[in-house]
Amino acid sequence: MDTNTVAAIPLEHIHIGLGAKMAPFAGFNMPVRYSGDIDEHHTVRNGVGVFDVSHMGEFWVKGPEALQLVQWITSNDASVLTPGKIQYSCMPNATGGIVDDLLVYCMAEDEYLLVVNAGNIAKDWAWINSQNNFNCTLEDRSPDTCLFAVQGPKAVQALQSLTDFDLASLSYYTFAYCTFAGFENVLISATGYTGAGGFEIYIPNNQAETVWHAIFKAGEKDSIKPIGLGARDTLRLEMGFCLYGNDIDDTTSPIEAGLGWITKFTKNFVNREAIEKNKTEGTTRKLVGFVLTDKGIARGHYDICDAEGTVIGQVTSGTQSPTLTQSIGMGYVPAALSKAGSEIYINVRGKLLKAVVTKIPFVKK
Amino acid sequence: MNIPANLKYSKDHEWIRVEEGNIAYVGISDYAQGELGDIVFVDVNTVGESIEAHAIFGSVEAVKTVSDLFLPVSGKIVELNAKLDGEPELINSDPYGDGWIVKIELSNVAELDQLMDSEAYNSLIGN
Repeated sequence: MDTNTVAAIPLEHIHIGLGAKMAPFAGFNMPVRYSGDIDEHHTVRNGVGVFDVSHMGEFWVKGPEALQLVQWITSNDASVLTPGKIQYSCMPNATGGIVDDLLVYCMAEDEYLLVVNAGNIAKDWAWINSQNNFNCTLEDRSPDTCLFAVQGPKAVQALQSLTDFDLASLSYYTFAYCTFAGFENVLISATGYTGAGGFEIYIPNNQAETVWHAIFKAGEKDSIKPIGLGARDTLRLEMGFCLYGNDIDDTTSPIEAGLGWITKFTKNFVNREAIEKNKTEGTTRKLVGFVLTDKGIARGHYDICDAEGTVIGQVTSGTQSPTLTQSIGMGYVPAALSKAGSEIYINVRGKLLKAVVTKIPFVKK
Repeated sequence: MNIPANLKYSKDHEWIRVEEGNIAYVGISDYAQGELGDIVFVDVNTVGESIEAHAIFGSVEAVKTVSDLFLPVSGKIVELNAKLDGEPELINSDPYGDGWIVKIELSNVAELDQLMDSEAYNSLIGN
């Protein structure tokens, strides 16, 4: 996608009507805030809220060698998936970095759904096609698909009246097709980017508005609210989830980014040899979480320093955690300082503020 | 949006309310707090200092962003609103009242004439 143009998501008019503050994100005009970042954050942590994340990309991979293609382009081992199961994975590039992180849905033995970041749709599509030496049929259904993330501990009770399918039976990182809000064959997965539990619901554009309203009607008793990308970011950061473009990108190795757990050397994949070398030899820097112990707020692109003020790394994500009411962040530091408890300093607008390397997640589920 | 008629405004979205003599209160406008979102920290280390008009006297941190605070007119910072230490969200809920940020002593009362009235400020923000 041309990053200079801003595309509309199908329900843009609904968000504007709800009074959302809209802003360009990953090439789309997106709702970033409705009632307020902190209120929306707590709504998802303690109740239930709905994100319209229809900007995300959905690629379908089909063919007798679909698994071989998925195995080649992704770092995790997709052969362990059976139909109905999902895994978090990443696509390494040929030069040591990451093309994108994604969810891999096993739809059938010969069919997979790849859910990718909105800002990477064009890049991923070109990359995957360039690696398709497996005669797979690839289909980009992103423009035709809306995605609502209904997140929070009350998600099951908020949505259950819309389907006969027992939502509570859907375990984390699995999905089902069910009749939902009167529509047949709706894809619902027990996934999300918040650590608060809940579902992601994939709907064709022409059903999206009806489903949106049905969700809000069904969830009214649970005080369901629309949630913007602002709270999505604070929620994911409290869990230590990477955001592509901030914490990982074309230049970061999955190993230094702490994604070794989704990098399986039991199979072959793009650039496997170099990444395995990262693993066995260790990387010079590592992505860590930190909590600011001095008063202030760390933000992306701030320098990470030692006590003398020498720059040793960079903050990749930083915010005030609404749950902890303290500033948290992530960033790359020299491997020697990557252990929990290591003291680092963040240059916050000219002031060196003390921070402590902390295990993620910052907030326990 | 609430843009009171009894205040003066700067293009940086600060308001100023002159009390008796050359003492005035300064805060950020309703428009500014709405754009920033939830304020979680106010950083002002300039109490006791004399600051030029439009110079930075501190910053406000919202959840998603940080913004410098610019003094609308030249003056000496005499007091920081102590309530903001525990309740920075007062800037969101009551930007012109309990959410005032600093009390200043004006150096040059005539500078007030260069600020906007509510009508001019409303048109600046397209309200």
